[in-house]
Amino acid sequence: MAHLTMTSNGNDAPAANAIEVRALRRRFDHQQVLNGVDLDVPAGSIVTIVGPSGCGKTVLLKHLNLLLRPDSGTITIDGVNVTRLGWRGIDAVREWFGMLFQSGALFDSMTVYENVAFPLVEKTSQTKDQIRGRVIETLQAVGLEGMDNKYPSELSGGMQKRAALARALIRRPKILMLDEPTTGLDPTRTGAIHHLIRKTQKDFNLTAVMVSHDVPAVFEVSDRVAFMHRGRMQLVGTVEQVMSSSDEEFKRFLAGRASGDEDNSTVSS
Amino acid sequence: MKIIEAIGAYILDSVAALGNFVLFLISGVTYILMPPFKPRLTILQIRTIGANSLFLIVLIGAFTGMVLGLQGYTTLERFGSEAALGTVVALVIVRELGPVLAALMIAARAGSAMAAEIGSMQASEQVDAMTVMALNPVQYLVSPRILAGVISFPLLTGIFDVIGIMGGWLVGCVLMGAQTGDYFNGISSQMGADDIKLGLWKALVFGAIVMWVSCYKGYHAERMATGVSRATTEAVVLSSILILAADYIVGAILL
Ligand SMILES: Nc1ncnc2c1ncn2[C@@H]1O[C@H](COP(=O)(O)OP(=O)(O)O)[C@@H](O)[C@H]1O
Ligand SMILES: [Mg+2]
Repeated sequence: MAHLTMTSNGNDAPAANAIEVRALRRRFDHQQVLNGVDLDVPAGSIVTIVGPSGCGKTVLLKHLNLLLRPDSGTITIDGVNVTRLGWRGIDAVREWFGMLFQSGALFDSMTVYENVAFPLVEKTSQTKDQIRGRVIETLQAVGLEGMDNKYPSELSGGMQKRAALARALIRRPKILMLDEPTTGLDPTRTGAIHHLIRKTQKDFNLTAVMVSHDVPAVFEVSDRVAFMHRGRMQLVGTVEQVMSSSDEEFKRFLAGRASGDEDNSTVSS
Repeated sequence: MKIIEAIGAYILDSVAALGNFVLFLISGVTYILMPPFKPRLTILQIRTIGANSLFLIVLIGAFTGMVLGLQGYTTLERFGSEAALGTVVALVIVRELGPVLAALMIAARAGSAMAAEIGSMQASEQVDAMTVMALNPVQYLVSPRILAGVISFPLLTGIFDVIGIMGGWLVGCVLMGAQTGDYFNGISSQMGADDIKLGLWKALVFGAIVMWVSCYKGYHAERMATGVSRATTEAVVLSSILILAADYIVGAILL
């Protein structure tokens, strides 16, 4: 375990971490998917989680946004231990989140405008005009102006990701979670989405947790990197620390990625 | 010991699954009664159910009535009581065949489509997306459909009944030898409010059952393409079984 975490003296400044995960474990049937995950996400930074496909990255994100409950371990968000919350508490905590799902998860019966406006319409008492202003502004921020009346199926993959990002941002969350925001995009669009994520993170002063397979391109817009392997964080640190680490598994993972080996599934079991 | 353990685990799993199935209906119905109401979503679903099933209902209704007209006439003729044809056709359709056949048809068309729709929403994480927005997917996806089923099934059954009675008249009176006057007089003198009420109650119960089963199967579909197709099949099969079981139970209660 090459733990390069520099904030290991977390007791000194607990408020500096927007998210703290401790010894998180979760089992599905006979598969220990999360096997003691520890992770710190400093407020106002982008932490990128990488790892072989099937290693549990999505499952971890779904624990962070409380779609799944752990068998043991704790998740602390802004100082609140969310693993013990009832459903009212969970709904309150979710007000802080924006989530971009791996598959985009746009409602396909709604237009782009309706999709992006949906959280405002359903969860706030803003007037139609206020909502319209906010939606137009957010669509502009992700470079989708003029696409309001298109249905998700009429958009390209990159545009769908942008629309999903706009919907995740519409309520101005504190914490943005992104599950493979660039899957299925060509390198040019991947770079564009990466920079869009960095820009919105800065503009809206967000804390972001991103799962990505675009190694090493995604490191350019990451503050910290966590390498997930066998259900735990094998390596955590700043981009420089991780890139210069001598961890064998990580080197193998990087090499596999670089040689275009898409499915180096060292699935934990 | 292993066998007993396995049987025990199986029984526990089954009871838990049944519990979830029932709780699903309860939460769906609860959100129908609790504001904020979603009338637009309900109307949309009524329209979808109608658009999916109306043609089929008309077609099956017509053929059912025609078959009853034909068989009813040839049978009654042996006893010289062709005059009772209208009564027989109407009572059989209104009390029994109308609600059951209409519900089976709607389950096959609209119910399976609904299971597939919700199943693919689950597979593409749209249901999760709602949950993360602190919205309850049951309120948006399930409750409007159950309410739409309870409203649209009696309407579609009514259409089935009328078309079926006309089909019986067409064959029995126009093609065969029964008298049109006898046919409709028999219906108006013999069919009572109780018969119509029984048919409507059945349609209402079947509507709730089909929507409940279809939504549940879609909602709990495995998150892959095969999961969605399995969910649609199971939705139709289970709906059909429960329709026939409920047909007997409602009939026995309202006898
Ligand atoms: N709901 C679930 N039930 C059972 N197994 C699951 C479930 N969700 C994920 N898994 C399993 O957990 C493992 C990790 O999945 P996932 O987090 O999606 O991987 P990835 O790192 O590619 O995002 C996979 O082997 C998957 O089969
Ligand atoms: Mg994943």
